[in-house]
Amino acid sequence: MTDRTRIPLHRDPKFRALVIQILALAFVVYGFYSLFQTTVDNLVARGIQTGTSFFDEVAPFQIGFSPFFDYKLGESTYIDVFFVGIQNTILVAVLGIVAATILGFFIGVVRLSPNWLISRGALAYIEIFRNVPLLLQIMFWNFAIFLPSLPAPKNSIEMGAFYLNARGFHTPLPVIDDSTGFALWMAMLAVLCVGLIVFARRAKVRFQETGQQLPVVWISLGAIIGGGYILYLIAGSPLIFDEPVLGRFNFKGGGQLPLPLFSLWFALTLYTAAFIAENVRAGIQSVSHGQTEASHALGLSRKDTVRLVTIPQALRVIIPPTISQYLNLTKNSSLAVAVGYEELVAVWAGITLNQTGQALVIIGMTVAVYECLSLFTSFVLNWYNKRIQLTER
Amino acid sequence: MADVKTFVPAPDRAPPSSAVGPIAWIRDNLFGSIGSSIATLVFFYLFFSYVPPFVEWALINANWTGSDRSVCEANAAGACWTFINVRLEQILFGLYFASNPDELWRPTLIFILFFALLLPLLFEKTPGKKWLTIALLGVFPVVFYFVVYGGYFGISQSNTTQWGGFLLTFALAFVGILLALPIGILLALGRRSELPVIRSICVIYIEFWRGTPLITILFMASVMLPLFFPAGVEFDKVVRAMIGITLFQSAYTAEAVRGGLAAIPKGQSEAAMALGLGYWRRTVFITLPQALKISIPSIVNTFIALFKDTSLVSIIGLLDLLNMAQTTARSMEWKGYDIEAFLFAGFVYWAFCYGMSRYSQNLERKLDTNRRN
Amino acid sequence: MTTDTQMAPAELGESIITIDGLNKWYGQFHVLKDIDLDVKRGERIVICGPSGSGKSTLIRCINRLETHQEGSIVVDGIELTDDTKHINDIRREVGMVFQHFNLFPHLTVLENCTLAPIWVRKTPKREAEELAMQYLERVKIPEQANKYPGQLSGGQQQRVAIARSLCMNPRVMLFDEPTSALDPEMIAEVLDVMVGLAEDGMTMLCVTHEMGFARKVANRVIFMDGGQIVEQNEPEEFFNNPQNDRTQLFLSQILQH
Repeated sequence: MTDRTRIPLHRDPKFRALVIQILALAFVVYGFYSLFQTTVDNLVARGIQTGTSFFDEVAPFQIGFSPFFDYKLGESTYIDVFFVGIQNTILVAVLGIVAATILGFFIGVVRLSPNWLISRGALAYIEIFRNVPLLLQIMFWNFAIFLPSLPAPKNSIEMGAFYLNARGFHTPLPVIDDSTGFALWMAMLAVLCVGLIVFARRAKVRFQETGQQLPVVWISLGAIIGGGYILYLIAGSPLIFDEPVLGRFNFKGGGQLPLPLFSLWFALTLYTAAFIAENVRAGIQSVSHGQTEASHALGLSRKDTVRLVTIPQALRVIIPPTISQYLNLTKNSSLAVAVGYEELVAVWAGITLNQTGQALVIIGMTVAVYECLSLFTSFVLNWYNKRIQLTER
Repeated sequence: MADVKTFVPAPDRAPPSSAVGPIAWIRDNLFGSIGSSIATLVFFYLFFSYVPPFVEWALINANWTGSDRSVCEANAAGACWTFINVRLEQILFGLYFASNPDELWRPTLIFILFFALLLPLLFEKTPGKKWLTIALLGVFPVVFYFVVYGGYFGISQSNTTQWGGFLLTFALAFVGILLALPIGILLALGRRSELPVIRSICVIYIEFWRGTPLITILFMASVMLPLFFPAGVEFDKVVRAMIGITLFQSAYTAEAVRGGLAAIPKGQSEAAMALGLGYWRRTVFITLPQALKISIPSIVNTFIALFKDTSLVSIIGLLDLLNMAQTTARSMEWKGYDIEAFLFAGFVYWAFCYGMSRYSQNLERKLDTNRRN
Repeated sequence: MTTDTQMAPAELGESIITIDGLNKWYGQFHVLKDIDLDVKRGERIVICGPSGSGKSTLIRCINRLETHQEGSIVVDGIELTDDTKHINDIRREVGMVFQHFNLFPHLTVLENCTLAPIWVRKTPKREAEELAMQYLERVKIPEQANKYPGQLSGGQQQRVAIARSLCMNPRVMLFDEPTSALDPEMIAEVLDVMVGLAEDGMTMLCVTHEMGFARKVANRVIFMDGGQIVEQNEPEEFFNNPQNDRTQLFLSQILQH
């Protein structure tokens, strides 16, 4: 037959696709490059050399709260500030995630209760806390409720060795006094845990063979708490407690949970729990009615139906959006700057940026940290979704 | 064949009184089991311990009138809402308009116009919706610019930095919503593109903005935006915040639209292709209208989030509604009335967000039943 | 279709289900009116009627998936009331097969069958699995034991659902339109299983439109309309000499095909 006629270039879809993509890429690359260049030039014009050399300069400000990372005014450098910031962000995020999950699941389940009053009560909670800006909630709890009602350190509320005042919550901290005793205690605890694992396995086998159950969870809990304490005494009580002592203006010693951290954690928990509660409700309702009916028809009790049929299926629907909420909570912790809690954005993109002017580096690093957290969350989500994929034809 | 009897159906009876009616409802819903009964009692106990005192404090004994805190101090048993009265113009419109009372008509007119255009759109049966929408999205912003920003027709100019209170919150939210949707639609389309470069650019854009907190972006916008452009290009603070909020929300709106696009069966675009429609015609006439309809609830959710997000500009020093509440609570005049200040601002935000949320739920329900038909 | 020869007549024992003056309302809607029914052990009853006639509601009342407001239901000597112990005792002895199978998608076929014996009858796992395999062989799909429901066809899923109920060794089996959600070519395999159950002497109440099955297996056909039992009779009499105009109308409509 005849040769294949050449398609005129401007109508050839492959050629057009190529041109469009090259143009788009060139545009984006050029755009970023010129943006970057202009920024560096502008910074130079302000006397700021963009670079990371400031990392090793000593930071001229104090950070009061740094539970795991030693921060000393006059010695710690700017890069230490960065890590303290990350530490504090992760701390409030973890605390918030744990509390919000517990509260959120509770409210979500209550929302589906057959009792009309408490189900509407849960609805009211959800609709109130979801629809007010988080920043306002944080400020409300901190400035309108906690700060005004808590006393000065001099007049702290005393609860044994615990003190509550407007600066925060002071607790005794355990300190290792007798290191061999402590090691002994840890070793005995490890043996106890191994023993409990073996016990749990045996109980499971026994259930499979004879159909008789043992309350493994309660026994383990009792063993760890009660047994742990007895073992502690046997090891010679190797801990002493560093108790907070009232100095001239404030408490010294012991551990301290600063009020801003508490307010932030409190507000984050209440806010995120409302969203998690909605996820939980939607998840439980997604399990079709026929499933619970079939289970009841087989004679399974309400409790067993919930445990064996409803929850496994509901969790598949609950967990992915809840993991997203965990990421949201972590991002929302950046509002700490409004109450003075020293997390990443407050001390790095706030104070350090003010002090050094290194906008490009500082904001770049801050954004990078959150992007990494976000990527990590995506991976977790994808892994979870693949794992629980219901096998179908 | 045997005789065929005519079947006479038995008449319907009413259910026994113990099975229906208010007593049965109370018994089943409030005292259905021991646990439920305990919960009901605990609920009533908590409710009556806290709610009546709160209502007394907040409404019945509260102080609404007066010109300064002396009224409130005289009656300490009630909430002090007097500051709303005293600072109303400030809270609604910001410092500039509050201190220039003869300019007050400008923002007031704008608000009246906005609600006059919006409210009819919310009802299903309103005629001429298309014109109202065009008026709201096209004409209203222009009117807003001339009336509030001013500078022409003998109206004095008020810079955006002079806007404050609810006016600023409204401006930020309106611009954000107006721009985030079209940008989001383009991004969602780009993300589904077959051209790998376009798709990657859109994915990176969307995941970038979704991965970082808004406050960082506002810092970025307020600190870095002037650095991005050669010296001399001025960016006003409010505009910087608008840009930050818009770009941030456009990523979330893009995801909402993408969900809608994914729900349209492939057969739709195939049928359009078979009819000879090109890509843009297919998208604009067939795919997008259906996708947008499906994703309205998600899109409204992003709008609600945007409205709440505007409160973050108070951290970068813009005097929005939240900031007004804060400054009121810290002022010499109204020191100590933090609770009232935040409750008031909280209530305003809540009213709008809850309203949007209910509207979206209703819409979802309506669209659901439509589709099942 | 295996509908040709009539089965041997049922050997009837004493009453296993007694329903007396049953009335049920959904809100104001009177959905079951004065139902009286006595089911003897070994009976095979087919309930038919137009949609909305209350037939599904009736059998769902028997295992308390629906509650009744007036009248009494006694199953195997246990009266059905709000008492959860009675309800659970009854559910243990009454098996149910649903129109939409309702298999547990997150468990394998074998696990679907062993779930209730393990957790309700406290059967040891190995015994439960052996029992399950027996019944899976009975319904002719033992090789699917480790597959998930999503991997099976509709007919296979329904057969698993039947095996699942049988694993509890019920005294009575309730079937709620078991073949209505199946493609035509799969209806036969499920009906065959049900015929086999009947041959083994299982007491069954079956809501169905499969009149061939009724003719072959049932020893009583009940016609319901508007929440009432209109007519009940042996299948031959029922199909050839309907005694009510309603029954005639219904039969003429469904026996078209």
